Amino acid sequence: MLEVDDLSISFGGLDALSGLGFSVAEREIFALIGPNGAGKSTVFNVITGLYRPSRGRVVLAGEDLLALASHQVARRGVARTFQNTEVFRRLSALDNVLVGRHAHLRAGAIRAALGLGAVRREEAEARRFARTLLARFGLEDVADTESGSLPLGLQKRLEIARALASGPRLVLLDEPAGGLNQTETQTLMEIIRRLRDESGLTIVVVEHDMELVMGISDRVAVLDRGRKIAEGTPREIAADATVVEAYLGSGSDA
Amino acid sequence: MRAAALGSGAVVVLGWPWAAPRYFVFLASLIAINAIVAIGLNLLTGYTNQLSFGHAGFLAIGAYAAALLTIQAPLVPLPATLLAAGLVTAAMGLALGVPCLRLEGLYLAMATLAFGFVVVEAILNLDWLTRGNDGLRVPAARIGPWALTTDTSRYYVVVTVAALLILAARNITRTRTGRALLAVRESEIAAQASGVHLAAYKTLAFVVSAFYTGVAGGLFALVVGFLSPDSFDVFLSVDFVAMIIVGGLGSILGSVMGAAVITTLNDSLAGFQSYRPLVFGAILIVSMLFMPGGIASALQKIQPRQGDRA
Repeated sequence: MLEVDDLSISFGGLDALSGLGFSVAEREIFALIGPNGAGKSTVFNVITGLYRPSRGRVVLAGEDLLALASHQVARRGVARTFQNTEVFRRLSALDNVLVGRHAHLRAGAIRAALGLGAVRREEAEARRFARTLLARFGLEDVADTESGSLPLGLQKRLEIARALASGPRLVLLDEPAGGLNQTETQTLMEIIRRLRDESGLTIVVVEHDMELVMGISDRVAVLDRGRKIAEGTPREIAADATVVEAYLGSGSDA
Repeated sequence: MRAAALGSGAVVVLGWPWAAPRYFVFLASLIAINAIVAIGLNLLTGYTNQLSFGHAGFLAIGAYAAALLTIQAPLVPLPATLLAAGLVTAAMGLALGVPCLRLEGLYLAMATLAFGFVVVEAILNLDWLTRGNDGLRVPAARIGPWALTTDTSRYYVVVTVAALLILAARNITRTRTGRALLAVRESEIAAQASGVHLAAYKTLAFVVSAFYTGVAGGLFALVVGFLSPDSFDVFLSVDFVAMIIVGGLGSILGSVMGAAVITTLNDSLAGFQSYRPLVFGAILIVSMLFMPGGIASALQKIQPRQGDRA
């Protein structure tokens, strides 16, 4: 499904990624872990077209993603969330999800301005869709609430709902459990499992919370200073000496 | 409640020329024209977070385009003239918007400010066309057999166009395009990740904003009847920004109210030119301190209405 090959990028002479490669199978939950600054979020930013790597390839279902602009990557079925939650703060939860639906809607400015029937129908249909999606995430009661005023746990969930509204094949979750408490993390794990089991999505997750990583991933890759130092099942990773070294050696919070 | 407010508003607007003295009919036309500009500016600044201090330039382009068309081709019906003024200005919006894509915040404000100066200079230098500082007299426009020679007839034209453009703006802001603009304002990376083409929507905001302002310029030429470059100086651009700040960024209704407040205020202070900046500045500061969301959000707090953001 997703092939990342020989990816290298540096910022101001500092190698953020060097020669990174991994592949994710369809309907797999794949975790990227590693100490802070290991380059995990950078991988997401390269896949989604925000950064241009100096070398390497990113291929989604046979198509080269590096040739595309960020919004085009989204239209190929790649949705994501952000490490520092990026909900549209002054928009309602409903409008957040409706923006997520953007690429599926047709109404342009002129047709909308004229208030054509087709536009109204499309809009009504999109709103129904968005409310149903919000309900799936237990957000129906806050649909009309300004999203910036929601508690972090709900913002994180809303971000996933918005990502899902685009009808993606691949979802990239950047520290979805960051800042969540135990119960919220449990709920989140359940949500992520359902995305795969019920919606048939492929998921790549960057996460520090080991309980989540070990609990839901099929495979785990460990990054340290832009390189992959290990890859395997959660069980294999937990037993890997280099991984323990990378974490304990760098004094990370994980 | 809502329908009652709308209905009584419509009665006041339609009955105004019969209730108010002639000068106030003219002033109401000016408010409606400024409201159109404020809506256009708000789509750019309030919705898409692109600050412009050059909208007097767009207004001038629309006004001169309409005036010259009326002079050169008196038989063209007024709606076509206004549409042409809007389209010419929208093309200028495109020409300005594309290079401005790389600019943000203060730099964008500076670039648009410079644009405003350039337009005034261009009007002065193209005096074979615009008659420069001597000014351009605009002949009365016609709709079919009727020449629009009275303030009242012009008022109805202005109010009709304003109503249509308000309606169009509401339709745009409440559907896909408006949400995409707001998403760009809130988070560019998250907007892109949702499939929003950043450059396209930032440019679209410029084009639509310029179109609105160009049509308003056409109406300005119609209502004022005389154009000269000093009607379009930088202070007018600042007034437009003040309208959307006082009225409410990201609000169509707020744009209209801001236009009403600032236009009326400007008019009442006309006799005290030296105190104008003082009063003006004070009002801006007070409104930003105590009504950070403008009149629109202050009203919403008094009477909360779920799911309504325009």
